[in-house]
Amino acid sequence: MTSPTATHFAPRPGLGRTWERGALWLFRVATYFIVLCGAFVFGQIFWRGAPTVFTAHAPFVNVAFFTEAPESLHVFAYQGEKMELGDRAFNAFKAAHADAGAIKDDSYVYSAGGIFPCIVGTMLLVAGSMGIALFLGVSSAIYLNEYARDSAFVRFIRLAILNLAGVPSIVFGLFGFGMFVIFFGWNVSLLAGWFTLAFMVLPVVITASEESLKAVPKGFREGSLALGATKWQTIRKNVLPYALPGILTSSILGIARVAGETAPIMFTAAYVVRDKLPWEGLEKWTDFFFQGVMALPYHIYVVSSKIPQNEYTARVQYGTAFVFLLIVALIASTSIVLRSRLRNRYKW
Amino acid sequence: MSAATLSPMERLPAPPPSSPSLAVAPVAAMSAPAADLPPSRPIIDIDHVDFFYGQSQALHDVSLRLDEKKVTAFIGPSGCGKSTLLRCLNRMNDLIDGARVAKGSIRIRGIDIHAPAVDVIELRKRVGMVFQKSNPFPKSIYENITYGLRLQGVKDKGRLDAVVEKSLRGAALWDEVKDRLHASGLGLSGGQQQRLCIARAIAVEPDIILMDEPCSALDPISTSKVEELIHELKKEFTIVIVTHNMQQAARCSDQTAFFYLGRLIEFAATRTIFMNPSNPQTEAYVSGRFG
Ligand SMILES: Nc1ncnc2c1ncn2[C@@H]1O[C@H](COP(=O)(O)OP(=O)(O)OP(=O)(O)O)[C@@H](O)[C@H]1O
Ligand SMILES: [Mg+2]
Repeated sequence: MTSPTATHFAPRPGLGRTWERGALWLFRVATYFIVLCGAFVFGQIFWRGAPTVFTAHAPFVNVAFFTEAPESLHVFAYQGEKMELGDRAFNAFKAAHADAGAIKDDSYVYSAGGIFPCIVGTMLLVAGSMGIALFLGVSSAIYLNEYARDSAFVRFIRLAILNLAGVPSIVFGLFGFGMFVIFFGWNVSLLAGWFTLAFMVLPVVITASEESLKAVPKGFREGSLALGATKWQTIRKNVLPYALPGILTSSILGIARVAGETAPIMFTAAYVVRDKLPWEGLEKWTDFFFQGVMALPYHIYVVSSKIPQNEYTARVQYGTAFVFLLIVALIASTSIVLRSRLRNRYKW
Repeated sequence: MSAATLSPMERLPAPPPSSPSLAVAPVAAMSAPAADLPPSRPIIDIDHVDFFYGQSQALHDVSLRLDEKKVTAFIGPSGCGKSTLLRCLNRMNDLIDGARVAKGSIRIRGIDIHAPAVDVIELRKRVGMVFQKSNPFPKSIYENITYGLRLQGVKDKGRLDAVVEKSLRGAALWDEVKDRLHASGLGLSGGQQQRLCIARAIAVEPDIILMDEPCSALDPISTSKVEELIHELKKEFTIVIVTHNMQQAARCSDQTAFFYLGRLIEFAATRTIFMNPSNPQTEAYVSGRFG
């Protein structure tokens, strides 16, 4: 015989518990599925990119892949041995061997050498667009949050900015092409790429900055104004410093995402191939801003869809993707380190 | 506003004690001096002020004359407009959309603070404020106190050091924090934080200090410290304090203004308000029967 209390707390018959368990499993499986997909993608890139990036012997990193420009790969048989050489090595080989004139080689474009110009180009694009986006974005967030009085017009601007975030990247690419490349006459150039990418991250930067500014207590502003500070002094000394960690973190993460986009730069800033590095052969220093660059995402696009595919292209594709992931991870972790540093300085 | 008109407050001489101030004389007849107080120099002259937040009127025809180097308490039930009036005095209400003084004028040392020639920045340097919720900046104690001076371009380390010590001593905080001037102001206790805010306000050497319920978040011991402080401060500053604490008003103010529903009901010496109020509403409020 059961005691009355036990009966009182006994489970009621019905579907309730089944639903409970079902819901739990649904959410659990969905989560595991995502993790699995992510693990598969990263694993694939790591697994297939690692042989290109790392080597079996010291210094264990394929330095050439990081420091050289892409070259064509020449594959040929010489004295019964299969040779795989990049452009320069192949030319040196031909010069060194008198009988090399008769060699018949197969050449595979971009399958040898490294991706140094792409790394440089992407770094430049990221740095420049971040500078522009931070300046424009933080300025307009300050205007919207600190100066503008709440009006229909300001609400409209906010709405427009939010909508900007939903615009597909290819549209930004075309916008940049029409605006900066054609209308401003900047041609395919760093500057055009910077502005196009900057416009793309602007919604993120503005929204993040507004959030961060809002999080600064009103008391800091009033306290400062009551001491005879002007509005701008108050913002500069007693609002912006505390908002900065949030602004930087979100903006850098936004940039890291946008840096991976191909569409916005393919009409505005990216070259398929460029033999000079950005700082080489400039006639005037201003030419620096008006040159196109190679970039990692565009390079991946080119080597995986614009050139004939063969057994040799995969290593460049995966190697580049691997390096690219590393760089993006680096940028993201910079932002996290930065945040914790700044956070510790200004806490309230 | 052009640079030439920037700082009338600063250049303004205090009216000579022998003759009543010329600027104040014409309006003196219309405003209400504290009844039964020996005449003293009025520093703030609030003259028939109507104040609006958008469409809703928060102050109705308020007239008050506050004397220099005296403590004036504003009392009254919640929502009666004490803070609103206080924030009018350093034009803190300018920050609020649609808030405006619709009628009347506020003069400080005879100067209409809403006159176009008055720079609100200069006004606020002369009229400091301590807030209900203590708001030390997330900076070091030292930086908190030198904030106002640095804004004015003072860089001389010696002078800043001297001001920090003087202000902290003035706010009865020096002994407690002298060994950690460079630690964050947020590491202090609630009462210490409020005194830090007072020290920060007196560091810029204003004429007037406005305090909006400065003790409402403090324990009794911190409160009595701040009250002692107010007693000391009135030697140098004119103080206006908003409080809900009747004992506090009775203890530390010289004159008291009682507000109700946006109107000034009675303004007199604190003793009179508490012992012998002329208005029955005042009597009811100070004796705790409503509010
Ligand atoms: N920013 C504002 N916008 C609109 N109305 C306001 C604003 N601030 C205050 N009010 C209104 O003005 C009136 C007076 O408010 P005020 O803050 O001056 O009261 P108070 O006497 O300080 O009250 P408390 O003792 O609760 O602090 C109230 O009716 C209040 O609702
Ligand atoms: Mg109030």
